[in-house]
Amino acid sequence: MTIHNLYIFDRTGTCLHYSEWHRRRQAGIPKEEEFKLMFGMLFSLCSFVNKMSPTDMREGFVSFQTSRYRLHYLESPSGVRLVLNTDLGVSSARDALQHIYSNLFVELVVKNPLCPPRAPVQSELFRSRLDAFIRGLPFFAPRPS
Amino acid sequence: MSRQAGRGTENKKMNSELFTLTYGALVTQLCKDYENDEDVNKQLDKMGYNIGVRLIEDFLARSNVGKCHDFRETADVIAKIGFKMYLGITPSITNWSPAGDEFSLILENNPLVDFVELPDNHSSLIYSNLLCGVLRGALEMVQMAVDARFVQDTLKGDSVTEIRMKFIKRIEDNLPAGEE
Repeated sequence: MTIHNLYIFDRTGTCLHYSEWHRRRQAGIPKEEEFKLMFGMLFSLCSFVNKMSPTDMREGFVSFQTSRYRLHYLESPSGVRLVLNTDLGVSSARDALQHIYSNLFVELVVKNPLCPPRAPVQSELFRSRLDAFIRGLPFFAPRPS
Repeated sequence: MSRQAGRGTENKKMNSELFTLTYGALVTQLCKDYENDEDVNKQLDKMGYNIGVRLIEDFLARSNVGKCHDFRETADVIAKIGFKMYLGITPSITNWSPAGDEFSLILENNPLVDFVELPDNHSSLIYSNLLCGVLRGALEMVQMAVDARFVQDTLKGDSVTEIRMKFIKRIEDNLPAGEE
């Protein structure tokens, strides 16, 4: 199992953080474009899922998968959006995303008065703790291929 | 891994007197810095707003509360979970407007004013106005524009302290301009 990469967006679509671990293929466009594309897709997907759902939903959009990877999504009521791409072996990354939001993002970014809101996160401590957490996840290690 | 590993139950508790006294020092300093009480009220509200926009994330991470679907649910969450978590009190909710877009929080004992007596020359000072800013800032982050104001205050001789909350509108999510 593998973790490919992670995006954190704020409500307005600013990419607050991006990191990647096992990403073998790049999008071939500048990162800024990729962030916009990703956020636009999430935004549309959420509204699509909301409109098409035949019943009331609690969580809304949570994940999708293709033949090669799975995208896991978590949105806080305040509009912070976390996106984690893994391979298909990871069935749910919900707890991991919740942990990243509650214990890393809120603790090290929101509570750090020197991290301005709605701006990419510069905190080195956040980056290293996040990296350590992801590397420690049971499904981090890439499958030998 | 639980959703709130290492958090939630073992919240760092601290003596609220330290908080109360620190707040008192802040208000005192603002009264020295500004000539009239209106400006102090404005500064307190602004500081509260800046606290609120950050506090909401901590609140959501710790309480696991999801989206509120109406203003009544919001009122309950504010009074029973929010105030309880941060100030250790549970205000009562009263005076709903017929349309359900306004209610009052009645604070039995406001911890901010534990040691305060307002001198006569600060009659228009809204001592705890920081709270209004916090409420406004926090709710704005969950897409609710509200107005919060003190309408009664025990410091001014009223029998209770009352914060009036008025729902203004839902803030809609929009795609950033120029993106399709």
